[in-house]
Amino acid sequence: MIELRNIHKAFGKKEILRGMNLSVPKGESMVIIGGSGSGKSVTLKCILGLIAQDKGEIFIEGKNAQDATDRDAFLARFGMLFQGGALFDSMSVWQNVAFRLLRGTEKKTPLEAREIAIEKLRRVGLSPDVADQYPAELSGGMQKRVGLARAIAADPEIIFFDEPTTGLDPIMAGVINTLIREIVVEMGATSIAITHDMTSVRAISDKVAMLYDGEIKWTGAVGDMDTADDPYLQQFITGAPDGPITTA
Amino acid sequence: MIAALATLGQSTLGLLAAIGRVCLFAFSVVTHMLRPPFYIREFSQALLNIGFFSLPVVGLTALFTGGALALQIYAGGARFNAEAVVPSIVSIGMVRELGPVLSGLMVAGRVSASIAAELASMKVTEQIDALVTLSSNPLKYLAVPRVLAATLTLPILVAVGDSIGIFGGYLVGVNSLDFNAAGYLKNTVTFLELWDVTSGLIKGAVFGFILSIMGCYHGMNSGRGAQGVGRATINAVVSSSILILAANYLLTSLFFTS
Ligand SMILES: Nc1ncnc2c1ncn2[C@@H]1O[C@H](COP(=O)(O)OP(=O)(O)OP(=O)(O)O)[C@@H](O)[C@H]1O
Ligand SMILES: [Mg+2]
Repeated sequence: MIELRNIHKAFGKKEILRGMNLSVPKGESMVIIGGSGSGKSVTLKCILGLIAQDKGEIFIEGKNAQDATDRDAFLARFGMLFQGGALFDSMSVWQNVAFRLLRGTEKKTPLEAREIAIEKLRRVGLSPDVADQYPAELSGGMQKRVGLARAIAADPEIIFFDEPTTGLDPIMAGVINTLIREIVVEMGATSIAITHDMTSVRAISDKVAMLYDGEIKWTGAVGDMDTADDPYLQQFITGAPDGPITTA
Repeated sequence: MIAALATLGQSTLGLLAAIGRVCLFAFSVVTHMLRPPFYIREFSQALLNIGFFSLPVVGLTALFTGGALALQIYAGGARFNAEAVVPSIVSIGMVRELGPVLSGLMVAGRVSASIAAELASMKVTEQIDALVTLSSNPLKYLAVPRVLAATLTLPILVAVGDSIGIFGGYLVGVNSLDFNAAGYLKNTVTFLELWDVTSGLIKGAVFGFILSIMGCYHGMNSGRGAQGVGRATINAVVSSSILILAANYLLTSLFFTS
Protein backbone atom coordinates (compact mmCIF):
# COMPACT_ATOMS: atom_id res chain seq x y z
CA MET A 1 0.00 0.00 0.00
CA ILE A 2 1.37 3.36 -1.06
CA GLU A 3 -0.21 6.46 0.33
CA LEU A 4 0.50 10.08 -0.53
CA ARG A 5 -1.03 12.65 1.78
CA ASN A 6 -1.23 16.30 0.86
CA ILE A 7 2.06 16.44 -1.09
CA HIS A 8 3.31 19.88 -2.05
CA LYS A 9 6.32 20.52 -4.21
CA ALA A 10 7.52 23.73 -5.83
CA PHE A 11 10.66 24.44 -7.85
CA GLY A 12 11.45 28.05 -7.09
CA LYS A 13 8.20 29.93 -7.60
CA LYS A 14 6.73 27.25 -9.81
CA GLU A 15 4.31 25.11 -7.80
CA ILE A 16 4.13 21.68 -9.34
CA LEU A 17 2.24 19.64 -6.75
CA ARG A 18 -0.25 21.38 -4.49
CA GLY A 19 -1.83 18.98 -2.11
CA MET A 20 -1.72 15.73 -4.01
CA ASN A 21 -3.46 12.72 -2.41
CA LEU A 22 -3.23 9.24 -3.80
CA SER A 23 -3.42 5.72 -2.46
CA VAL A 24 -2.46 2.54 -4.24
CA PRO A 25 -3.51 -0.69 -2.51
CA LYS A 26 -1.03 -3.55 -2.36
CA GLY A 27 -0.91 -5.62 -5.51
CA GLU A 28 -2.79 -3.09 -7.60
CA SER A 29 -1.74 -1.38 -10.75
CA MET A 30 -2.29 2.36 -10.77
CA VAL A 31 -1.82 4.51 -13.82
CA ILE A 32 -1.30 8.24 -13.48
CA ILE A 33 -2.30 10.28 -16.48
CA GLY A 34 -1.94 14.00 -16.93
CA GLY A 35 -0.52 16.65 -19.20
CA SER A 36 3.12 17.13 -19.99
CA GLY A 37 4.87 18.95 -17.16
CA SER A 38 2.06 18.34 -14.68
CA GLY A 39 4.42 16.66 -12.20
CA LYS A 40 3.95 12.95 -12.82
CA SER A 41 7.65 12.14 -12.86
CA VAL A 42 8.18 14.43 -9.88
CA THR A 43 5.57 12.43 -7.95
CA LEU A 44 7.45 9.17 -8.48
CA LYS A 45 10.74 10.79 -7.50
CA CYS A 46 9.17 12.10 -4.30
CA ILE A 47 8.03 8.61 -3.34
CA LEU A 48 11.54 7.27 -3.92
CA GLY A 49 13.06 10.15 -1.96
CA LEU A 50 15.05 11.41 -4.96
CA ILE A 51 13.28 14.74 -4.52
CA ALA A 52 12.16 15.94 -1.10
CA GLN A 53 8.59 17.19 -1.00
CA ASP A 54 8.03 20.58 0.63
CA LYS A 55 5.03 19.41 2.59
CA GLY A 56 2.99 16.25 3.16
CA GLU A 57 3.78 12.63 3.95
CA ILE A 58 4.29 9.45 2.01
CA PHE A 59 3.50 6.10 3.60
CA ILE A 60 4.67 2.72 2.35
CA GLU A 61 2.80 -0.13 4.07
CA GLY A 62 1.81 2.30 6.79
CA LYS A 63 5.36 3.47 7.49
CA ASN A 64 6.45 7.02 6.76
CA ALA A 65 8.98 6.86 3.94
CA GLN A 66 11.07 9.63 5.47
CA ASP A 67 11.60 7.59 8.63
CA ALA A 68 13.31 4.77 6.75
CA THR A 69 16.70 4.58 8.45
CA ASP A 70 18.14 1.98 6.12
CA ARG A 71 17.79 3.66 2.73
CA ASP A 72 19.32 0.73 0.88
CA ALA A 73 16.86 -1.76 2.33
CA PHE A 74 14.01 0.66 1.67
CA LEU A 75 15.01 1.14 -1.96
CA ALA A 76 15.66 -2.55 -2.48
CA ARG A 77 11.88 -3.02 -2.50
CA PHE A 78 11.48 -0.74 -5.51
CA GLY A 79 12.14 -1.03 -9.18
CA MET A 80 12.03 2.07 -11.32
CA LEU A 81 11.95 2.57 -15.05
CA PHE A 82 13.08 6.14 -15.72
CA GLN A 83 11.45 8.20 -18.43
CA GLY A 84 14.76 8.61 -20.26
CA GLY A 85 15.98 5.08 -19.52
CA ALA A 86 18.85 6.36 -17.34
CA LEU A 87 21.08 3.47 -18.36
CA PHE A 88 24.69 3.60 -17.19
CA ASP A 89 26.57 4.29 -20.39
CA SER A 90 29.88 3.08 -18.99
CA MET A 91 28.50 -0.46 -18.64
CA SER A 92 27.30 -3.10 -21.05
CA VAL A 93 23.60 -3.87 -21.31
CA TRP A 94 23.68 -7.02 -19.18
CA GLN A 95 25.70 -5.27 -16.47
CA ASN A 96 23.06 -2.56 -16.43
CA VAL A 97 20.27 -5.07 -16.04
CA ALA A 98 22.15 -7.05 -13.41
CA PHE A 99 23.42 -3.97 -11.55
CA ARG A 100 21.63 -4.73 -8.33
CA LEU A 101 22.28 -8.46 -8.57
CA LEU A 102 26.02 -7.88 -8.77
CA ARG A 103 26.12 -5.79 -5.61
CA GLY A 104 24.76 -5.60 -2.11
CA THR A 105 23.81 -8.20 0.43
CA GLU A 106 22.18 -10.72 -1.88
CA LYS A 107 25.01 -10.62 -4.36
CA LYS A 108 25.03 -13.25 -7.08
CA THR A 109 27.98 -14.58 -9.03
CA PRO A 110 28.58 -12.81 -12.36
CA LEU A 111 27.57 -15.95 -14.22
CA GLU A 112 24.22 -16.28 -12.44
CA ALA A 113 23.58 -12.56 -12.70
CA ARG A 114 24.26 -12.62 -16.41
CA GLU A 115 21.87 -15.51 -16.89
CA ILE A 116 19.09 -13.68 -15.05
CA ALA A 117 19.85 -10.53 -17.05
CA ILE A 118 19.56 -12.40 -20.34
CA GLU A 119 16.28 -13.97 -19.22
CA LYS A 120 14.89 -10.52 -18.28
CA LEU A 121 16.07 -9.12 -21.62
CA ARG A 122 14.24 -11.91 -23.39
CA ARG A 123 11.08 -11.03 -21.48
CA VAL A 124 11.20 -7.48 -22.81
CA GLY A 125 11.71 -8.77 -26.35
CA LEU A 126 15.46 -8.31 -26.67
CA SER A 127 17.72 -11.05 -27.99
CA PRO A 128 20.76 -12.27 -26.03
CA ASP A 129 23.20 -10.62 -28.45
CA VAL A 130 22.35 -7.16 -27.14
CA ALA A 131 23.62 -8.25 -23.71
CA ASP A 132 27.20 -7.35 -24.53
CA GLN A 133 26.45 -4.15 -26.38
CA TYR A 134 26.62 -0.71 -24.79
CA PRO A 135 23.51 1.43 -24.27
CA ALA A 136 24.74 4.07 -26.72
CA GLU A 137 24.66 1.44 -29.50
CA LEU A 138 20.94 0.77 -29.02
CA SER A 139 17.91 2.58 -30.42
CA GLY A 140 15.74 4.66 -28.10
CA GLY A 141 13.06 2.00 -27.87
CA MET A 142 15.61 -0.70 -27.14
CA GLN A 143 17.12 1.42 -24.38
CA LYS A 144 13.70 1.82 -22.88
CA ARG A 145 13.25 -1.94 -22.82
CA VAL A 146 16.67 -2.44 -21.24
CA GLY A 147 15.58 0.06 -18.58
CA LEU A 148 12.45 -2.00 -18.07
CA ALA A 149 14.49 -5.20 -17.75
CA ARG A 150 16.68 -3.48 -15.15
CA ALA A 151 13.63 -2.30 -13.20
CA ILE A 152 12.25 -5.84 -12.89
CA ALA A 153 15.60 -7.67 -12.59
CA ALA A 154 15.57 -8.08 -8.82
CA ASP A 155 11.84 -8.94 -8.63
CA PRO A 156 10.86 -5.85 -6.59
CA GLU A 157 7.55 -5.64 -4.69
CA ILE A 158 6.83 -2.12 -5.92
CA ILE A 159 7.52 -1.08 -9.50
CA PHE A 160 7.29 2.35 -11.10
CA PHE A 161 7.13 2.72 -14.84
CA ASP A 162 7.64 6.20 -16.23
CA GLU A 163 6.20 6.11 -19.76
CA PRO A 164 7.10 2.49 -20.55
CA THR A 165 5.78 2.50 -24.10
CA THR A 166 6.83 5.91 -25.37
CA GLY A 167 9.04 5.50 -28.41
CA LEU A 168 8.00 1.91 -29.12
CA ASP A 169 6.20 0.70 -32.20
CA PRO A 170 2.56 -0.36 -31.59
CA ILE A 171 3.33 -4.07 -31.57
CA MET A 172 6.23 -3.74 -29.14
CA ALA A 173 4.09 -1.41 -27.03
CA GLY A 174 1.49 -4.16 -26.90
CA VAL A 175 4.12 -6.69 -25.84
CA ILE A 176 5.33 -4.38 -23.07
CA ASN A 177 1.79 -3.69 -21.89
CA THR A 178 1.12 -7.40 -21.61
CA LEU A 179 4.43 -7.90 -19.85
CA ILE A 180 3.70 -5.21 -17.28
CA ARG A 181 0.29 -6.73 -16.65
CA GLU A 182 1.88 -10.16 -16.23
CA ILE A 183 4.53 -8.91 -13.85
CA VAL A 184 1.94 -7.25 -11.68
CA VAL A 185 -0.32 -10.30 -11.65
CA GLU A 186 2.39 -12.98 -11.35
CA MET A 187 4.64 -11.30 -8.83
CA GLY A 188 1.81 -9.63 -6.98
CA ALA A 189 3.72 -6.40 -7.29
CA THR A 190 2.23 -3.01 -6.58
CA SER A 191 2.82 -0.71 -9.49
CA ILE A 192 2.44 2.88 -10.53
CA ALA A 193 2.79 3.63 -14.21
CA ILE A 194 2.78 6.93 -16.01
CA THR A 195 1.62 7.00 -19.57
CA HIS A 196 0.04 9.20 -22.20
CA ASP A 197 -1.06 6.25 -24.23
CA MET A 198 -4.75 5.42 -23.60
CA THR A 199 -4.39 1.90 -25.04
CA SER A 200 -1.68 1.32 -22.51
CA VAL A 201 -3.86 2.71 -19.71
CA ARG A 202 -6.61 0.21 -20.54
CA ALA A 203 -4.15 -2.66 -20.88
CA ILE A 204 -2.19 -2.30 -17.68
CA SER A 205 -4.22 -0.53 -15.05
CA ASP A 206 -6.65 -1.52 -12.34
CA LYS A 207 -7.09 2.10 -11.37
CA VAL A 208 -6.51 5.42 -13.02
CA ALA A 209 -5.66 8.78 -11.47
CA MET A 210 -5.74 12.03 -13.36
CA LEU A 211 -3.23 14.67 -12.26
CA TYR A 212 -3.98 18.24 -13.18
CA ASP A 213 -3.00 21.55 -11.60
CA GLY A 214 -1.03 19.86 -8.83
CA GLU A 215 -3.88 17.67 -7.60
CA ILE A 216 -5.54 14.40 -8.44
CA LYS A 217 -8.73 15.53 -10.18
CA TRP A 218 -10.24 12.12 -10.66
CA THR A 219 -9.43 8.62 -9.57
CA GLY A 220 -11.31 5.40 -10.06
CA ALA A 221 -11.36 1.98 -11.66
CA VAL A 222 -10.30 1.82 -15.27
CA GLY A 223 -13.74 0.46 -16.22
CA ASP A 224 -15.42 3.59 -14.87
CA MET A 225 -13.15 5.91 -16.79
CA ASP A 226 -15.31 6.26 -19.90
CA THR A 227 -18.55 6.81 -18.07
CA ALA A 228 -17.15 9.23 -15.49
CA ASP A 229 -18.56 12.71 -15.90
CA ASP A 230 -15.39 14.54 -14.83
CA PRO A 231 -14.79 17.18 -17.52
CA TYR A 232 -10.99 17.13 -17.09
CA LEU A 233 -10.83 13.37 -17.51
CA GLN A 234 -13.17 13.36 -20.50
CA GLN A 235 -11.18 16.02 -22.27
CA PHE A 236 -7.96 14.12 -21.63
CA ILE A 237 -9.35 10.81 -22.89
CA THR A 238 -10.84 12.28 -26.02
CA GLY A 239 -7.97 14.68 -26.62
CA ALA A 240 -10.38 17.52 -27.34
CA PRO A 241 -8.69 20.90 -27.72
CA ASP A 242 -11.59 22.67 -25.96
CA GLY A 243 -12.47 22.09 -22.34
CA PRO A 244 -11.42 22.93 -18.81
CA ILE A 245 -7.76 22.03 -19.53
CA THR A 246 -6.08 24.98 -21.16
CA THR A 247 -3.10 24.45 -23.37
CA ALA A 248 -1.73 27.98 -23.40
CA MET B 1 23.67 52.52 -1.02
CA ILE B 2 21.53 50.14 1.00
CA ALA B 3 20.85 48.14 -2.12
CA ALA B 4 24.59 47.86 -2.76
CA LEU B 5 25.19 46.72 0.81
CA ALA B 6 22.37 44.21 0.51
CA THR B 7 23.90 42.79 -2.66
CA LEU B 8 27.29 42.60 -0.97
CA GLY B 9 25.81 40.88 2.06
CA GLN B 10 23.86 38.50 -0.09
CA SER B 11 26.85 37.45 -2.16
CA THR B 12 28.97 37.06 0.97
CA LEU B 13 26.30 34.85 2.48
CA GLY B 14 26.05 32.94 -0.78
CA LEU B 15 29.80 32.39 -0.83
CA LEU B 16 29.85 31.24 2.80
CA ALA B 17 26.98 28.86 2.14
CA ALA B 18 28.82 27.43 -0.88
CA ILE B 19 31.98 26.93 1.18
CA GLY B 20 29.91 25.21 3.83
CA ARG B 21 28.33 22.89 1.28
CA VAL B 22 31.70 21.95 -0.22
CA CYS B 23 33.13 21.27 3.25
CA LEU B 24 30.15 19.09 4.17
CA PHE B 25 30.50 17.26 0.87
CA ALA B 26 34.23 16.67 1.44
CA PHE B 27 33.52 15.50 4.97
CA SER B 28 30.89 12.98 3.91
CA VAL B 29 33.14 11.65 1.14
CA VAL B 30 35.85 11.06 3.74
CA THR B 31 33.48 9.30 6.14
CA HIS B 32 32.19 7.11 3.31
CA MET B 33 35.79 6.18 2.48
CA LEU B 34 36.08 4.43 5.80
CA ARG B 35 32.86 2.42 5.66
CA PRO B 36 32.03 -0.56 3.42
CA PRO B 37 31.02 -1.44 0.78
CA PHE B 38 34.20 -0.71 -1.12
CA TYR B 39 34.05 -0.63 -4.88
CA ILE B 40 37.37 -2.12 -5.93
CA ARG B 41 36.68 -2.18 -9.65
CA GLU B 42 35.67 1.46 -9.77
CA PHE B 43 38.74 2.33 -7.71
CA SER B 44 41.16 0.58 -10.04
CA GLN B 45 39.48 2.19 -13.03
CA ALA B 46 39.95 5.58 -11.37
CA LEU B 47 43.61 4.84 -10.59
CA LEU B 48 44.16 4.14 -14.25
CA ASN B 49 42.27 7.18 -15.51
CA ILE B 50 43.57 9.68 -13.00
CA GLY B 51 47.07 8.40 -12.34
CA PHE B 52 48.38 6.51 -15.29
CA PHE B 53 46.85 8.55 -18.10
CA SER B 54 48.04 11.80 -16.52
CA LEU B 55 51.68 10.73 -16.76
CA PRO B 56 52.37 12.18 -20.24
CA VAL B 57 50.84 15.56 -19.36
CA VAL B 58 52.73 15.83 -16.10
CA GLY B 59 55.96 14.52 -17.62
CA LEU B 60 56.01 16.94 -20.56
CA THR B 61 55.09 19.91 -18.38
CA ALA B 62 57.89 19.08 -15.97
CA LEU B 63 60.45 18.48 -18.70
CA PHE B 64 59.99 21.86 -20.32
CA THR B 65 59.69 23.68 -17.03
CA GLY B 66 62.88 22.11 -15.68
CA GLY B 67 64.71 23.18 -18.84
CA ALA B 68 63.40 26.72 -18.72
CA LEU B 69 64.18 26.94 -15.03
CA ALA B 70 67.82 26.01 -15.67
CA LEU B 71 68.11 28.73 -18.31
CA GLN B 72 66.54 31.37 -16.08
CA ILE B 73 68.60 30.55 -13.02
CA TYR B 74 71.73 30.53 -15.12
CA ALA B 75 70.92 33.95 -16.53
CA GLY B 76 69.97 35.30 -13.12
CA GLY B 77 72.92 33.68 -11.39
CA ALA B 78 75.33 35.19 -13.94
CA ARG B 79 74.51 38.65 -12.61
CA PHE B 80 76.42 37.88 -9.43
CA ASN B 81 78.72 35.15 -10.64
CA ALA B 82 76.69 32.35 -9.11
CA GLU B 83 76.04 30.17 -12.17
CA ALA B 84 77.11 27.14 -10.15
CA VAL B 85 73.86 27.16 -8.15
CA VAL B 86 71.84 26.06 -11.19
CA PRO B 87 71.66 22.31 -10.33
CA SER B 88 70.71 22.77 -6.71
CA ILE B 89 68.22 25.59 -7.28
CA VAL B 90 66.57 23.70 -10.14
CA SER B 91 66.13 20.62 -7.99
CA ILE B 92 64.97 22.49 -4.89
CA GLY B 93 62.61 24.69 -6.87
CA MET B 94 61.27 21.69 -8.70
CA VAL B 95 60.58 19.38 -5.75
CA ARG B 96 59.37 22.02 -3.32
CA GLU B 97 57.28 24.22 -5.56
CA LEU B 98 57.00 23.67 -9.28
CA GLY B 99 56.63 19.90 -9.29
CA PRO B 100 53.59 19.79 -7.01
CA VAL B 101 51.98 23.01 -8.25
CA LEU B 102 52.36 22.29 -11.95
CA SER B 103 51.30 18.66 -11.59
CA GLY B 104 48.35 19.81 -9.49
CA LEU B 105 47.26 22.40 -12.02
CA MET B 106 47.72 20.18 -15.06
CA VAL B 107 45.85 17.31 -13.43
CA ALA B 108 43.18 19.75 -12.27
CA GLY B 109 42.68 20.77 -15.89
CA ARG B 110 42.58 17.21 -17.08
CA VAL B 111 41.02 15.21 -14.31
CA SER B 112 38.72 17.53 -12.41
CA ALA B 113 37.23 18.62 -15.72
CA SER B 114 36.65 15.07 -16.83
CA ILE B 115 35.22 14.01 -13.47
CA ALA B 116 32.89 17.00 -13.43
CA ALA B 117 31.75 16.46 -17.02
CA GLU B 118 31.21 12.75 -16.51
CA LEU B 119 29.27 13.05 -13.27
CA ALA B 120 27.31 16.04 -14.52
CA SER B 121 26.13 14.19 -17.59
CA MET B 122 25.22 11.24 -15.37
CA LYS B 123 23.20 13.62 -13.24
CA VAL B 124 21.52 15.22 -16.24
CA THR B 125 20.53 11.86 -17.73
CA GLU B 126 19.18 10.68 -14.34
CA GLN B 127 21.89 8.02 -14.02
CA ILE B 128 22.69 9.28 -10.52
CA ASP B 129 19.00 8.95 -9.56
CA ALA B 130 19.07 5.46 -11.05
CA LEU B 131 22.09 4.57 -8.92
CA VAL B 132 20.20 5.62 -5.81
CA THR B 133 17.16 3.54 -6.72
CA LEU B 134 19.47 0.57 -7.27
CA SER B 135 20.60 0.93 -3.64
CA SER B 136 24.03 2.29 -4.44
CA ASN B 137 25.14 5.46 -2.73
CA PRO B 138 26.51 7.77 -5.45
CA LEU B 139 29.00 9.26 -3.00
CA LYS B 140 30.40 5.82 -2.33
CA TYR B 141 30.16 4.51 -5.83
CA LEU B 142 31.23 7.59 -7.79
CA ALA B 143 33.02 10.05 -5.52
CA VAL B 144 34.99 7.87 -3.11
CA PRO B 145 36.94 5.87 -5.75
CA ARG B 146 37.88 9.03 -7.63
CA VAL B 147 38.88 11.06 -4.59
CA LEU B 148 40.87 8.21 -3.13
CA ALA B 149 42.62 7.52 -6.43
CA ALA B 150 43.50 11.18 -6.96
CA THR B 151 44.78 11.64 -3.42
CA LEU B 152 46.97 8.55 -3.66
CA THR B 153 48.29 9.00 -7.19
CA LEU B 154 49.06 12.71 -7.16
CA PRO B 155 52.15 12.24 -4.92
CA ILE B 156 53.38 9.62 -7.37
CA LEU B 157 52.76 11.93 -10.29
CA VAL B 158 54.58 14.69 -8.40
CA ALA B 159 57.55 12.39 -7.80
CA VAL B 160 57.65 11.51 -11.49
CA GLY B 161 57.30 15.19 -12.41
CA ASP B 162 60.10 16.13 -10.01
CA SER B 163 62.47 13.62 -11.54
CA ILE B 164 61.64 14.54 -15.11
CA GLY B 165 61.89 18.26 -14.30
CA ILE B 166 65.32 17.81 -12.76
CA PHE B 167 66.28 15.74 -15.77
CA GLY B 168 65.08 18.57 -18.05
CA GLY B 169 67.32 20.97 -16.13
CA TYR B 170 70.18 18.52 -16.45
CA LEU B 171 69.74 18.21 -20.23
CA VAL B 172 69.80 21.96 -20.67
CA GLY B 173 72.63 22.39 -18.17
CA VAL B 174 74.86 19.84 -19.79
CA ASN B 175 74.02 20.48 -23.42
CA SER B 176 73.69 24.24 -23.68
CA LEU B 177 75.16 25.66 -20.49
CA ASP B 178 78.40 23.66 -20.54
CA PHE B 179 77.99 22.05 -17.16
CA ASN B 180 79.97 18.94 -16.44
CA ALA B 181 77.54 16.00 -16.34
CA ALA B 182 78.89 14.33 -13.21
CA GLY B 183 79.28 17.64 -11.40
CA TYR B 184 75.69 18.64 -12.24
CA LEU B 185 74.32 15.41 -10.81
CA LYS B 186 76.49 15.65 -7.72
CA ASN B 187 75.32 19.20 -6.99
CA THR B 188 71.72 18.18 -7.55
CA VAL B 189 71.89 15.47 -4.94
CA THR B 190 74.15 17.09 -2.34
CA PHE B 191 71.97 20.05 -1.52
CA LEU B 192 68.63 18.33 -1.68
CA GLU B 193 67.10 17.38 1.68
CA LEU B 194 64.55 14.68 2.29
CA TRP B 195 62.02 17.19 3.66
CA ASP B 196 62.23 19.16 0.39
CA VAL B 197 60.94 16.09 -1.40
CA THR B 198 58.38 14.89 1.14
CA SER B 199 56.86 18.33 1.60
CA GLY B 200 56.23 18.40 -2.14
CA LEU B 201 54.65 14.96 -2.05
CA ILE B 202 52.35 15.99 0.80
CA LYS B 203 51.32 19.02 -1.23
CA GLY B 204 50.59 16.66 -4.10
CA ALA B 205 48.25 14.56 -1.98
CA VAL B 206 46.40 17.66 -0.78
CA PHE B 207 46.06 18.97 -4.35
CA GLY B 208 44.80 15.59 -5.51
CA PHE B 209 42.14 15.66 -2.81
CA ILE B 210 41.13 19.21 -3.71
CA LEU B 211 40.85 18.69 -7.45
CA SER B 212 38.90 15.45 -7.19
CA ILE B 213 36.53 16.81 -4.54
CA MET B 214 35.83 19.87 -6.69
CA GLY B 215 35.28 17.70 -9.75
CA CYS B 216 32.85 15.44 -7.92
CA TYR B 217 31.06 18.25 -6.12
CA HIS B 218 30.42 20.32 -9.23
CA GLY B 219 29.53 17.26 -11.27
CA MET B 220 27.03 15.86 -8.79
CA ASN B 221 25.43 19.25 -8.20
CA SER B 222 25.25 20.19 -11.84
CA GLY B 223 22.33 22.14 -13.26
CA ARG B 224 20.00 20.74 -15.87
CA GLY B 225 20.79 20.21 -19.54
CA ALA B 226 23.95 20.50 -21.60
CA GLN B 227 24.48 23.98 -20.23
CA GLY B 228 24.58 22.57 -16.71
CA VAL B 229 27.32 20.14 -17.74
CA GLY B 230 29.37 22.93 -19.29
CA ARG B 231 29.05 25.13 -16.25
CA ALA B 232 29.93 22.29 -13.88
CA THR B 233 33.12 21.64 -15.83
CA ILE B 234 34.19 25.27 -15.81
CA ASN B 235 33.44 25.64 -12.11
CA ALA B 236 35.39 22.50 -11.28
CA VAL B 237 38.52 23.60 -13.14
CA VAL B 238 38.47 27.20 -11.96
CA SER B 239 37.71 26.42 -8.34
CA SER B 240 40.21 23.59 -8.07
CA SER B 241 42.99 25.67 -9.68
CA ILE B 242 42.43 28.59 -7.34
CA LEU B 243 42.12 26.36 -4.30
CA ILE B 244 45.31 24.53 -5.26
CA LEU B 245 47.25 27.80 -5.48
CA ALA B 246 45.80 29.02 -2.21
CA ALA B 247 46.50 25.72 -0.47
CA ASN B 248 50.02 25.81 -1.88
CA TYR B 249 50.65 29.15 -0.24
CA LEU B 250 49.21 27.96 3.07
CA LEU B 251 51.19 24.73 3.05
CA THR B 252 54.40 26.48 2.07
CA SER B 253 54.07 28.96 4.88
CA LEU B 254 53.16 26.15 7.25
CA PHE B 255 56.12 23.98 6.19
CA PHE B 256 58.87 26.49 5.71
CA THR B 257 58.39 29.39 8.09
CA SER B 258 59.27 28.82 11.68
N1 LIG C 1 14.91 19.07 -10.62
C1 LIG C 1 14.05 20.00 -11.10
N2 LIG C 1 14.35 21.31 -10.98
C2 LIG C 1 13.51 22.26 -11.44
N3 LIG C 1 12.33 21.99 -12.04
C3 LIG C 1 11.98 20.72 -12.20
C4 LIG C 1 12.83 19.65 -11.74
N4 LIG C 1 12.22 18.47 -12.03
C5 LIG C 1 11.05 18.79 -12.64
N5 LIG C 1 10.91 20.13 -12.74
C6 LIG C 1 9.76 20.84 -13.32
O1 LIG C 1 8.60 20.28 -12.77
C7 LIG C 1 7.57 20.19 -13.76
C8 LIG C 1 7.00 18.80 -13.79
O2 LIG C 1 7.98 17.91 -14.26
P1 LIG C 1 7.69 16.37 -14.50
O3 LIG C 1 8.95 15.81 -15.05
O4 LIG C 1 7.14 15.76 -13.29
O5 LIG C 1 6.58 16.40 -15.63
P2 LIG C 1 5.75 15.18 -16.20
O6 LIG C 1 4.37 15.29 -15.67
O7 LIG C 1 6.48 13.92 -15.93
O8 LIG C 1 5.75 15.53 -17.74
P3 LIG C 1 6.03 14.58 -19.02
O9 LIG C 1 4.74 13.91 -19.30
O10 LIG C 1 6.38 15.55 -20.08
O11 LIG C 1 7.12 13.67 -18.64
C9 LIG C 1 8.19 20.64 -15.06
O12 LIG C 1 7.74 21.94 -15.32
C10 LIG C 1 9.66 20.63 -14.81
O13 LIG C 1 10.27 21.69 -15.50
MG1 LIG D 1 7.67 12.75 -16.94
